Amino acid sequence: MRLLEVQDLRVSFSTDDGIVEAVRGVSFDLDRSHTLGIVGESGSGKSVCTQTIVGLTRGATVTGNAFFDGVDLLTAQPDELRGIRGKRIGMIFQDPLSSLHPLYRIGWQIREMIQAHDSSMTRQQARTRAAELLGLVGIPHPEERLDDYPHQFSGGMRQRVMIAMAMALNPDLLVADEPTTALDVTVQAQVLAVMTRLQREFGTAIVLITHDLGVVAEVADDVVVMHAGVVMEHAPRRETFYHHHNPYTEGLFDSLPAVGAGRRRLTPIAGTPPSVIDLPPGCSFAPRCPYAFDRCWVSEPPLARVFGDVHHWSACWLPADLVARTAIRDRLRAETAAAGETAEGAAS
Amino acid sequence: MVRFLIVRTLTGLVVLWLISMSVFALFYVVPSNVARTLGGRQATPETIAAINERLGLDEPLWKQYASFVGDALQGDLGYDYYHQVPVTTIIAQAVPVTLSLAVGAAVIWLVLGITNGVISATHPRSLADRSLTAFALFFYSMPSFLLGLVLLYFLYFKLTQAGYAWFPPGGYAPLSEGVGPWVNHLLLPWATLALVSAAAYTRLTRGSMLDVLSEDYIRTARSKGISERRVTYRHALRSALTPIVTQFGIDLGQLVGGVLVTETVFSLPGLGQTAIIAITQQDLPVIIGIVLFASTAVVVANILVDLAYAVLDPRVRIS
Ligand SMILES: Nc1ncnc2c1ncn2[C@@H]1O[C@H](COP(=O)(O)OP(=O)(O)OP(=O)(O)O)[C@@H](O)[C@H]1O
Ligand code: SF4
Ligand SMILES: [Mg+2]
Repeated sequence: MRLLEVQDLRVSFSTDDGIVEAVRGVSFDLDRSHTLGIVGESGSGKSVCTQTIVGLTRGATVTGNAFFDGVDLLTAQPDELRGIRGKRIGMIFQDPLSSLHPLYRIGWQIREMIQAHDSSMTRQQARTRAAELLGLVGIPHPEERLDDYPHQFSGGMRQRVMIAMAMALNPDLLVADEPTTALDVTVQAQVLAVMTRLQREFGTAIVLITHDLGVVAEVADDVVVMHAGVVMEHAPRRETFYHHHNPYTEGLFDSLPAVGAGRRRLTPIAGTPPSVIDLPPGCSFAPRCPYAFDRCWVSEPPLARVFGDVHHWSACWLPADLVARTAIRDRLRAETAAAGETAEGAAS
Repeated sequence: MVRFLIVRTLTGLVVLWLISMSVFALFYVVPSNVARTLGGRQATPETIAAINERLGLDEPLWKQYASFVGDALQGDLGYDYYHQVPVTTIIAQAVPVTLSLAVGAAVIWLVLGITNGVISATHPRSLADRSLTAFALFFYSMPSFLLGLVLLYFLYFKLTQAGYAWFPPGGYAPLSEGVGPWVNHLLLPWATLALVSAAAYTRLTRGSMLDVLSEDYIRTARSKGISERRVTYRHALRSALTPIVTQFGIDLGQLVGGVLVTETVFSLPGLGQTAIIAITQQDLPVIIGIVLFASTAVVVANILVDLAYAVLDPRVRIS
């Protein structure tokens, strides 16, 4: 049995501006000891998707299934869900500055989590464990820092506290939402190392949400690329990096800072991600896609196998055949260039 | 923190000094006829002068004030004009009544207001939320003297008329006579004083809780797998208390006015009623004594609230 199996997850919020369709049919699965990277621009539904799975999205309409070790988390009884949260699924949230309770000592906050699931632990044992965890994520003088309040820690340190807390009970699944964004590069590497050590030692599965393709390259086994609430491409890491099919994935890689030749520039995908309220028909990426053609504007491409690979899925109407794809790309490039020339000619 | 306390105490003393001066000045502006009242209709000018001399009223105002301050600093607030009872004794007799009324009412309104607010906030737009909101709006817009009279009319007058003499018409039964009579005499006054404020605190707690419940750290708390109850009370209410305590500090001053009205409506022989009687009789030492005592109480209570604030929020404590 797979550890986590998400099937056709849909999440929408009813707001004053209309229905926000934050997640529109997402499926993926994950085995023990594996890491799934989820990437995508801001607002693509990464956080909503993962938080909904553990029942932390409030005021939303949710459909689909999310089986965790055979239990559908979306329909589980509150008590059952409570027993899983924290103990079997650890969560690390995106914003370290606001994710810890400002009025409680961090030792108390970690202890609370431990003692909620392990009543045999005494206060002192839980405290010792909390200190051990802080040491594990690289916080100096962990014993003394237990009695500090969150505002006495820097953002990076608070993120480490969150990570320590999420890992306190050696969960089967760790959901980490941008765990390293607030950290500088060295610390980032340390934190990733701590997470992978946990994975090796306890067979923890990890869902890692990140903007950073470098982090994905380092730790992910599979990669899900999200855009406007749907999965655009889902493939093993190597495929994602070297044989991606989807123009959106291509755009993400093109937007990477170009290293070398003294240049380190970020060129984001042109245009803004679409609003997920009242989405028009067709492919959600069409307005920004350099390959968009007539079909893209009328119907939304389903997630389908590409390149004859059972593990490689992409939601795009472009042919999987590399030669045909390159031909289309070259033709479109030539057309844009020609259009540019005519515009210049008209201007002079 | 220590510096903060010293500053607060000093400003408190300045406030008390200003208040005592103002009360003195007010009395000077209003022509005094204490001696005439005491001496009776037939009193000769000589008698009046003698009375004025005995009470020290013939002295210039600044001298009267100076000797008052001198005595007050030694814990002597003078004697009342009419029966020569020490003002401190008068206050000591009235304090338990007012304290019972004020503390009991404050406890009731805080408990009621916070509980209702939490229920409203954790079940937004539910039937409970809507009815509690209606309750809050109803009492919020009601002046406390009106509420007192309404309670008295229905729960004392109408009930007694119908043969159920559950509540006394007013007055006070000291705690030494038993908890039952004490509560029985105070129930309606408590309700008068507490319901209006409880309504305000229901709204306040609801708003504060709703803000806190959408915080990221509440999501973290839920992700730990603790009970929803614990999330509500240990995590959310803990943060929501800060604005409530702030408001409570502000309301302490206004409580004085409410006590005055309630004691009058229910003939409770507390500080408020004593003060009002003293005012009608122009019994200066009693008025000043009570005003100073009440001001001191409010100043001290405010300092305590600020301390509570520091206890509640480590960020205040440490900085
Ligand atoms: N409670 C809510 N009510 C209404 N809309 C919401 C709510 N929560 C999220 N959304 C919307 O859902 C969409 C997806 O949000 P989500 O936070 O999942 O994006 P994300 O991929 O995590 O982005 P980021 O990289 O910035 O964290 C956004 O358009 C967001 O505005
Ligand atoms: S379906 Fe069309 S618009 Fe969408 S990504 Fe593919 S080519 Fe671009
Ligand atoms: Mg996010």
